[in-house]
Amino acid sequence: MNLRRKKLWMTVTLAVLAAAVILIPAPALAANPIERFVMVEASQYAFTPATLHANPGDTVTIELHSADVAHGIYVEGYGVSAEAQPGQPVAFTFVVTESGVFRLRCSITCGALHPFMLGRLTVGPNWTLARAAALAGLAVLAAPLAVRRETA
Amino acid sequence: MNRVSLLQIPWLKAALKNRWPQFTISALLMAGFVFAIVAGLVGTPVGSRNFGIIAVWIAWWAILILAVVPVTGRGWCSVCPIPMAGDFLQRRSLLGPNGGRTRGLNLRLPKLFRNIWWQNAAFALMAIFSAAILTNPRVTALALIIMLVAAIGMSAVFERRSFCKSVCPVGGFIGLYSQVAPLELRVADAAACASCASKACYNGSEAGYGCPWGTFPAGLTRNPACGLCLECLRSCPNDNIVLNLRPFAADLEKPAARLDEAFKAFLMLGAALVYAAVFLGPWGNLKVAALAAGTWPWLGYAAAFLLICLALLPGLFWVAVRLAKRMAPAKPHTARRHDFAQAAAALVPLGLAFWAAFSLSFVFANGSYLLNVLSDPLGWGWDLFGTAGAVWSPLYGSWTVAVQVGVLALGAFGAARVAQRAGARGGLHPLPVSGYSLALTVVMMGLLL
Ligand code: SF4
Ligand code: SF4
Ligand code: SF4
Ligand SMILES: [Cu+2]
Repeated sequence: MNLRRKKLWMTVTLAVLAAAVILIPAPALAANPIERFVMVEASQYAFTPATLHANPGDTVTIELHSADVAHGIYVEGYGVSAEAQPGQPVAFTFVVTESGVFRLRCSITCGALHPFMLGRLTVGPNWTLARAAALAGLAVLAAPLAVRRETA
Repeated sequence: MNRVSLLQIPWLKAALKNRWPQFTISALLMAGFVFAIVAGLVGTPVGSRNFGIIAVWIAWWAILILAVVPVTGRGWCSVCPIPMAGDFLQRRSLLGPNGGRTRGLNLRLPKLFRNIWWQNAAFALMAIFSAAILTNPRVTALALIIMLVAAIGMSAVFERRSFCKSVCPVGGFIGLYSQVAPLELRVADAAACASCASKACYNGSEAGYGCPWGTFPAGLTRNPACGLCLECLRSCPNDNIVLNLRPFAADLEKPAARLDEAFKAFLMLGAALVYAAVFLGPWGNLKVAALAAGTWPWLGYAAAFLLICLALLPGLFWVAVRLAKRMAPAKPHTARRHDFAQAAAALVPLGLAFWAAFSLSFVFANGSYLLNVLSDPLGWGWDLFGTAGAVWSPLYGSWTVAVQVGVLALGAFGAARVAQRAGARGGLHPLPVSGYSLALTVVMMGLLL
């Protein structure tokens, strides 16, 4: 096989693999939807626990406690939020549908680093990172294909 | 050589040769720069409500790292307001070429300063205070003032753009990453330069100043040395300057193999990783430590930052490069330091991708503050455009994650490609450096996603 054809085949293979990594849906886990209750404590500048887990279909209730000053919690991707004054916990409930990783952000300016007060909600197994890493690996494998042969 | 000169477009050439468009943009940016300082000093101390913070660290930063640097390289330096006052002092003229001569003491920069170690130091210094700079309007104002004063002071004593070339912490990384940009200013015909008597591009003429960056355009092979000030385009009597579109990362095919530039690359890479952990991670104590300049926890953070950037990342890279040398089929006799510095070119596209991906996470999430500060720049309760009360709403969604993953994968690809090419030239097997880049990319993904 000449070099050109070999390169073409490798390119096609990598492209197919990349498409597979992006498109193949995550295996559906047969977990029965449940109700989850989580108490989240907000303080400058973190949520505890910082990562919440749920499975698609679950009904999640978050009870937000502010430990120092007023904080809020905003769930990216779902657009739901709540705000709590210190000593006055607030609860809200929503149903998680889509799987993936979603950022939790403080929604009240609570101090200098407020814009960076973050947490995470992972719905289902965290396939995003695995897929991303696989894509980066394929990108590295593709690099030799993009180098023209040195004609020194 | 797959290059196209953009100056074939008549109106573009006319617009670039004319001093007015460039001056107008710089003057507007100067006004914005001064206003950012004023807002930082007298406006509200709440960062997200202060024009100084939002204009500099959200708007300017986003445009710079996501568009201007990847597309134009040093395009920002072309219109940057910081050297304006110093240029004026040297030239005694705002617009006209004034005979191409400059005044001031015009000393040559001592040899000790003719490298980018000072830029590295300036960047590292800013970086360990970054949490304060990024969130406290007074500190941002102070940083901007220091840059302005240093630029003016250095231009009064030293020749040309000495501040830009050896101190400016912003210019340092713009220069590093400008090597990736698909744009370059070069001469069309080097032979014409060899026989050119005036060398007006370097010496200046009635039509323009000698290269403010102290570069002889005919010798230009890499973007960092050229500030895209366009003076040579104006001064060259032979119309020999071209502005080329070129393949991405073309400068990295024959890397400079300079240790100062290699460490710039490690500083930038390390800073992106540490910032991703500090600003986007869930660790509240880390955030507080980074912010509390002068305290013990902050000292620990600063030490860790410097260790990661200057010891851990370069140390692991050193091991990778030694391995690359072992694995290479042919082993030309080159110094270890040279191998190391040359291989570090792969970290240039990688670092740019890290910064772009990191910036995507906070720029769009906090972009809506722009509405607030445009209407109420000082946080004094004004409402110029009726948007002062706009509610914070993050412009962020699953597309951001997709773009971040794409950008990071592209960075790993770029790094592996540079490792492949430069490796073939320098007798280094591309695998270890590619593996190093991939591993860091996965760490970065873990922090960002
Ligand atoms: S090096 Fe710094 S001061 Fe000089 S033009 Fe570039 S950004 Fe501006
Ligand atoms: S003035 Fe023009 S032709 Fe002469 S050396 Fe400079 S770029 Fe070349
Ligand atoms: S004079 Fe020409 S070579 Fe020198 S910095 Fe300006 S544009 Fe670049
Ligand atoms: Cu908060």
